[in-house]
Amino acid sequence: MGAGHAHPLYVHEHSPVHRLAPEVKLAAAFAFVLAVAVTPREAIWAFAIDAATVGLVIRLARLPVRFVAARLAIILPFIAFAFLIPFVASGERIDVLGVSVSQVGLWGTWNIIAKATLGAGVSILLAGTTEVPQLLRGLERLRVPPTLTTIAAFMVRYLELLAAELGRMRTAMTARGYDPRWLWQVRPIAAGAGALFIRSYERGERVHAAMLSRGYSGAMPTIDERVASRREWLAAASAPLTAGIAAAVALAVVA
Amino acid sequence: MSHAAVQISGVRFTYPDGREALCGADLRVEHGQRVALLGPNGAGKTTLALQLNGIHRPDAGDVEIGGLPVTDPNLAEVRRRVGMVFQDADDQLFMPTVREDVAFGPANLGLRGDELASRVTKALEGVGAAELADRAPHHLSGGERRRVALATVLAMRPDVLVLDEPTSGLDPAGRRELIGVLQGLPITQLAITHDLPFALELCERAVIVDGGRVVADGATADLLADEELLHAHRLELPFGLDPRTVPPSRPR
Ligand SMILES: Nc1ncnc2c1ncn2[C@@H]1O[C@H](COP(=O)(O)OP(=O)(O)OP(=O)(O)O)[C@@H](O)[C@H]1O
Ligand SMILES: [Mg+2]
Repeated sequence: MGAGHAHPLYVHEHSPVHRLAPEVKLAAAFAFVLAVAVTPREAIWAFAIDAATVGLVIRLARLPVRFVAARLAIILPFIAFAFLIPFVASGERIDVLGVSVSQVGLWGTWNIIAKATLGAGVSILLAGTTEVPQLLRGLERLRVPPTLTTIAAFMVRYLELLAAELGRMRTAMTARGYDPRWLWQVRPIAAGAGALFIRSYERGERVHAAMLSRGYSGAMPTIDERVASRREWLAAASAPLTAGIAAAVALAVVA
Repeated sequence: MSHAAVQISGVRFTYPDGREALCGADLRVEHGQRVALLGPNGAGKTTLALQLNGIHRPDAGDVEIGGLPVTDPNLAEVRRRVGMVFQDADDQLFMPTVREDVAFGPANLGLRGDELASRVTKALEGVGAAELADRAPHHLSGGERRRVALATVLAMRPDVLVLDEPTSGLDPAGRRELIGVLQGLPITQLAITHDLPFALELCERAVIVDGGRVVADGATADLLADEELLHAHRLELPFGLDPRTVPPSRPR
């Protein structure tokens, strides 16, 4: 759909990947991540194939490399601890640059970094080529209960409003000389959070009234009825299939 | 037709917190009439409007829309007949895109496919907002939001249009365009407003609501010319406006 509902991770482009039906992309991303997860860590060549596949799709989607790299940095804090494993893990020790580390630990680090990077790469690819409303529609078509997707849709719709309301409240507090520095000054914030909750609750009631006024009877109407073609499914399946075969071969070799 | 477009008789309504917002409101609006609902803050105007499509139910009294009583079995039909544009457009626009939002109502009425798409397009064109279809409601300006909110209701082809302060937050040109759109709609209209020149221009008839009751009812120009009446209900004409020198809105 249009450029209106772009979230910060979305890259506006017209690529074959952008055009794919959202449910297809969701399913493919999920299957791909699954295949990566079960790949044995010793099969470095399999991860290379996975990385090449993701890289190829990123090229196809015309996502700027720098954009992807910058977004990938998000996993750094999460994998930082992975670098500690070789030092603390037990087992056979080897020397790397004169430092004694655990070999099992090294494999553990590699395992986490490789899988986290690939997983994040796929997520960035999905988010970069699919707008939020589409994602939600995709989830709906994959038979996620409509109540859940409706709640998610409303969260997306009203999150900015809520943030704006919070911002206004903070401005109003600051404008009247409130400048919290100490813990005992935190009360107004707590009271403010309460007020924010009431306001959101009351907005919820008003929105519900507006929905009822337009004939809402408990179920969201399905408006966009385009379903993914078999060609789309086949095209999207190629990526997780590659990763899946690589994983299967690797598993067979290890076993 | 003997029944009125809107018939409210002796309606009383108390909010759950005990605040009595309506205490015996009566109002009859004929088909095709445009009526301004005037009155001070807290008079009960919004509360009265919410009785019209059964969002709130009267504790006593009756509400009928085109002869159809507002009761549970009639609720769906009543809500098709009455289009309600809310005071805050953010309450009205809840879907991720404008197009989906406008489609929400007609889709609930059972429209699908091309029929639905053309309904949406026509409604948006009607308010001059066709180019906003793919935008997200929360990225629109206040005036654009108002127009889209109106389109969401027009897409349901209502018999009665209820507008809660439609001109608040509009720039002069936006207000002018809104008046143009509303004047071109051949349906019954009930406009709650603090904008007296707007009432004078759009509506041939006006009622004043105060203290949960309809306290005055007449031709808009006559009501607005009665300084004492206006003053008694905290209303005031903008400086320099004389309703007697403005050509009255034509009754149809
Ligand atoms: N949800 C609510 N709960 C309790 N009391 C309410 C609620 N909404 C409105 N009221 C009260 O009911 C009375 C009528 O309110 P209403 O919103 O109908 O006024 P209004 O005429 O629309 O005013 P305004 O011009 O300010 O919009 C007011 O005294 C108000 O405080
Ligand atoms: Mg009001």
